[in-house]
Amino acid sequence: MIKIQIRLNGYPVEGLIEPRTSLADFIRDGQRLTGTHLGCEHGVCGACTLLVDGRPMRACLMLAASADGCHIRTVEGYKGDETMAVIHRCFTECHALQCGFCTPGMLATAYDIVTRLPGADRARIRAELSGNLCRCTGYLGIIAAIEQALDRVHGKERGARPS
Amino acid sequence: MKPGKFAYVRPESIEEALRLLADGAGRGRLLAGGQSLGPMLNLRLVMPELVIDIGRLTELQRVENTSDEMILGAGLCHADIEDGRVTDVTHGLLQRVASGIAYRAVRNRGTLGGSLAHADPAADWPPTMIALDAALDLRSVRGTRRIQVADFLTGPLTTALADDEIITAIRLPRFDGTLRWGHCKICAKPGDFAEAFAVVAIDRARDSVRAVLVGRAHSPTIMPLTARRIAEITRWTSAEGPTIKKAVCADLENVGLIEALTFHDLALFETSMVRAAREALAA
Repeated sequence: MIKIQIRLNGYPVEGLIEPRTSLADFIRDGQRLTGTHLGCEHGVCGACTLLVDGRPMRACLMLAASADGCHIRTVEGYKGDETMAVIHRCFTECHALQCGFCTPGMLATAYDIVTRLPGADRARIRAELSGNLCRCTGYLGIIAAIEQALDRVHGKERGARPS
Repeated sequence: MKPGKFAYVRPESIEEALRLLADGAGRGRLLAGGQSLGPMLNLRLVMPELVIDIGRLTELQRVENTSDEMILGAGLCHADIEDGRVTDVTHGLLQRVASGIAYRAVRNRGTLGGSLAHADPAADWPPTMIALDAALDLRSVRGTRRIQVADFLTGPLTTALADDEIITAIRLPRFDGTLRWGHCKICAKPGDFAEAFAVVAIDRARDSVRAVLVGRAHSPTIMPLTARRIAEITRWTSAEGPTIKKAVCADLENVGLIEALTFHDLALFETSMVRAAREALAA
């Protein structure tokens, strides 16, 4: 067993874990934050995507031990975040989810697109979303939601910038 | 699935990591970004006794320019290159290749050295580094040796890396604006492993033309006849396509690959090479 300390959604968290514990299992089973979903557990489906030190990563492919000392942000950790609030509204308005299994990972990727790629067009959004599988929506609603969120967050700057 | 049991250690220095590897006598496994080892652990395709996490070693993140080489730390992640945090001596090829590897969440963790050590036959860095005539620094407690990437990769998922060695750096020629390159990756969706991947590197200053091809099931294949054909072309015309396709077939025949190919695979290989050649010659 090894001891780790992480910052989870802003709060310090300690854990005594088996080395083989994934970050996703530590968060779900150890911390009872079950918003991070596990689909394929080998990096393909994207459902477990969350932010590690501000960058999207696969929680199923990262050992909790490797996350020692990192800042982790899960789908539960966006209270008061204005950008995520806009993305949430756009997901609702554009019917960007149905069963909701992929949504936590989609939101993490959407947040990354909206903050990192202010000029992203539809084609770029599609390409960036290729690492997140959704078996309900057919993606169109998700793509529309992210495009709308980009427009609302970046307003007039958009269009002028290259993606 | 979940991984089998293993012990975990995160050494503070490369020397400590090398000692742990040597003491483990083959029972230890290096973990850098974990984007190749992670799935293999989860699927229990590998069950190491000890995982040595070298993901935070700053020695592996360094970038150094000498008069004739650019030295990239093996621990740099694909996104470092995609975002241009590392000067691209190829004027765009490294950046293009990096941004086509898997997905952003994977590129934020997966490393250059890890990708080369894993040596997936359909991965993107191995053929690119062969085409660029890159070399690797391999370090162990016994010392450091240098090896060309083309010699390092010995087959699918197989390399010349010894049990006690770490890839510490990738060395690229400086090129100094003399390199012209072309690249074409064909895959079912963005970020998938390549169904066909062709890269052409023309460096007239060094009198070198290289063409490398990858398909789903075979390791990077150096295509000497294709390269010679490309070298003869001074200006691209539509008549060149068929001659390159013919050379691709001849190269594949020489390495005994052509018999096993479907028409579909062959068409993808030919097309990817023609596109890469056209791009390199138009540059």
